Amino acid sequence: MRVPIVTFRLANGLAVTLSEDHTAPIVAVNLWYHVGSANERPGRTGFAHLFEHMLFQGSAHVGANEHFEIVQRAGGTLNGSTWLDRTNYFETVPSNQLATALWLEADRMGQLLPAMTQQKLDTQRDVVKNERRWSVDNQPYGSWWERLPALAFPAEHPFHHSLIGSMEDLSEASLEDIAQFFATYYTPDNAVLSIAGDFDATEARALVEQFFGPIPRGAGKPPLPPMELPAHFGGWERQVVPDVVMLPRLFLGFRAPVFGSDAHYVATVLATILGTGKGSRFQRALVRDREIASEASAFTFDLAKGADLFIADLTARPGISAEVLEAEVVREIDRVRADGVSEDEVRRAVALLETALVSSLQSAGDRADKLSMFATYFGDPGLVNEQTERYQRVTAAHVSQLAREMLGEDNRVSLVYVPAEATADSSARAEVGEPVEAGR
Amino acid sequence: MTAPGTGTTRPSAGPPRDYRFPFFERITLANGLVVIVAPVRKLPIVSAVLVVDAGAASEPEGANGVAQLTARMLLEGTRKRNGDDLSEQFERLGAAVGASADWDAAMLSMTVLAPHLDAAMSLFGEVVLEPAFPERELGRIKAERLADLLQLRTEPRGLADEMFTRFVYDKSSRYASPEHGDVASVKAVDRSAVEQFYRSRYRPAGATLILAGDIGVSDGVALAERLFGGWTGDGAPAAVVSEKPARVTRAIHIVRKEEAPQSEIRVGHVGLPRSHPDYFPALILNGLLGGLFSSRINLNLREVHAYTYGAHSSFDWRRGAGPFVVSTAVKSEVTADAVREILLEISRIRADAVSEDELTLATSYLDGVFPIRYETTDSIARALAALAVYDLPNDYFDSYRANIRRVTAMGVLHAADKHLHPDQLQLVVVGDPTVIAAPLAALDAGPVSVYDSEGQPER
Repeated sequence: MRVPIVTFRLANGLAVTLSEDHTAPIVAVNLWYHVGSANERPGRTGFAHLFEHMLFQGSAHVGANEHFEIVQRAGGTLNGSTWLDRTNYFETVPSNQLATALWLEADRMGQLLPAMTQQKLDTQRDVVKNERRWSVDNQPYGSWWERLPALAFPAEHPFHHSLIGSMEDLSEASLEDIAQFFATYYTPDNAVLSIAGDFDATEARALVEQFFGPIPRGAGKPPLPPMELPAHFGGWERQVVPDVVMLPRLFLGFRAPVFGSDAHYVATVLATILGTGKGSRFQRALVRDREIASEASAFTFDLAKGADLFIADLTARPGISAEVLEAEVVREIDRVRADGVSEDEVRRAVALLETALVSSLQSAGDRADKLSMFATYFGDPGLVNEQTERYQRVTAAHVSQLAREMLGEDNRVSLVYVPAEATADSSARAEVGEPVEAGR
Repeated sequence: MTAPGTGTTRPSAGPPRDYRFPFFERITLANGLVVIVAPVRKLPIVSAVLVVDAGAASEPEGANGVAQLTARMLLEGTRKRNGDDLSEQFERLGAAVGASADWDAAMLSMTVLAPHLDAAMSLFGEVVLEPAFPERELGRIKAERLADLLQLRTEPRGLADEMFTRFVYDKSSRYASPEHGDVASVKAVDRSAVEQFYRSRYRPAGATLILAGDIGVSDGVALAERLFGGWTGDGAPAAVVSEKPARVTRAIHIVRKEEAPQSEIRVGHVGLPRSHPDYFPALILNGLLGGLFSSRINLNLREVHAYTYGAHSSFDWRRGAGPFVVSTAVKSEVTADAVREILLEISRIRADAVSEDELTLATSYLDGVFPIRYETTDSIARALAALAVYDLPNDYFDSYRANIRRVTAMGVLHAADKHLHPDQLQLVVVGDPTVIAAPLAALDAGPVSVYDSEGQPER
């Protein structure tokens, strides 16, 4: 099974990938801009994501909120998302609506600023503050999204700070920031466009040329600070967070090989062995056999710059303390370090990863998103067709070696949530348990 | 700034290409098991779903939660192998397997690459026909459910959902208590209750096996015959759930969450069953009121007032009358304002017919998005499962888009008038009473009561 791929680049630098599939009359349009929270300047945490909201507030020829309305009226689905080092915008529409989808994306890439107003910014700022309350402040364990990167990356590193941003910084964002961010990062040479599904390649190419061709190239973006990091944390930092929760939960993090490297495929297999499916080690040993955890998983952040994060995420069973939970998880980690994994475990993991990959490639939107991802990070959307092979090349020896190197005590961070009432030590609370509210 | 040539006017769309929901055949085996096969040859992958008439609605009195526990126990061991071995066998084939029960049915589902289908389906059949229900695993699965219920006490979204149904349905209705059982009922379920539920509800008559993906009809039927042909047992009696509301007058219920930065709001009442002839007008009504991003409630609460990250409404479709509910989370200080706007929008959509332009926002969306919903074998199999659960006709998918387009503005108005009841709305808010109670009382929208996180009245 291969995803067909045609690539070309416009004179203004926009990299385009086309992937035809005529089984259903639908087409996915997917844009990745190579900018994320890592590119924010000091005092503007959360800005990349707030900016993403503004891209749905209209452009020169599209009214406020009309973007959503036009796509939904056309019978399409759409959204956008912001990550540490990229922001994406995507829609899947009936194939006869391809031109509309491309026109909408080109209008906001070319001419966003005429539609920006202080009122729209103020409204979206409040919407985003409510998103923060909803996903972080009023959600059990919700702060892990910002606490873990803060623990795992040094203070000066671009992945250290909060993606959703602080209330204070969100309050500071101005229209000038919008104009500057747009001019710097939302340029054709800092974006990739993928189209997947039912279309004619010649027509699609002509539409892309027509709508995106006239948009001028950018002046270049400032380089990110150095992203490279030592292979290991160089210690084991722990943070205990009393929170309004009923059960302790542990995030045990490890610095991991960067996304896209051979070693990262090995890390993904290791995560699957430890924490995906009922047959995984965590499930068998900690959920089923010893009944320490009520939920258990392991995964990677998939960061393509500097270094990745490998996370074990486990919630205690009622009656199990945070200390016992952590000790038992560490025991499993030490066991895989000492004894390695079996070839059978590797085959189980690879089989699950293969099914998940084929499953997701059925959807035009998922295909387009993967093409954009490989094009953005590695300049080669064709890597989508090498995924199965790269997993299949992973052996038990590779996984055992990576476990030995990556999971050591010199390369750990523990983020431990405990029920607030259970912490008698009020000094610990003052030190690490401040609420993640405005004014922090 | 200018970017000449981008085109100032929106391009027009050509005619849509034809689309049909994937071809499928529905046949019945001698033992009563219905088999649906939908050949979809795009990628070498197959999804299988077995739907059994064993949902929460069919639970015996006093055994709330047994439906979900029984479904989950299917994957915890068979007479031939224990749970660990079972998981390992499935997963070495790359099979993603799940089992759960909702109100109306228990569902075992699996997606696997085509070369492993036969081997994985043999395990799938073994799980359904020869479950062992090991005592120890039941204890663990029960403990996991109890842990979920414990977590709910500090999880405002789930807590609001649970409290809402409690305030909407009368205690005598199964719908008033959690789908997967509460603390007392789950504790009371033992191995014999699970076994008994399995024996009485897991029957070939009334069950449906769906295979969607890289498989032909005759191969699919032969596979079903081989695995399930020997399954015996008559159909179980249909479950009937009381739809009695807890009260028929509007009331406000505050569930205490100290110092909450947001209030989780649920506003609604008993809705209508999936089989109701007004299903399509109600679908459009909901889309315009709160179902779509560009719906009245979301635009009002999010884009005009910035009270929230999002607000939406839904009819929870079940065999019986599930709830109609508006859901949102708003900054605590504006709780009463948000509730007032929700009440206003519900009244407004009952007062005047929507314009033709607004109507088509929902009809053209649901019409156009139809093919996008069925891209994966899993989504096709689940759509066909709904056909089985709600007893829909074979031409349901082929007539769906015409049924959507047939809805008129007057039809929406009639549906709003008939199925939205402003005077019966229950307003449930999980939040901080010290901030929200007085403004909510000042709305004059109904009596205000305050409860703790267990739902016990505070005074």
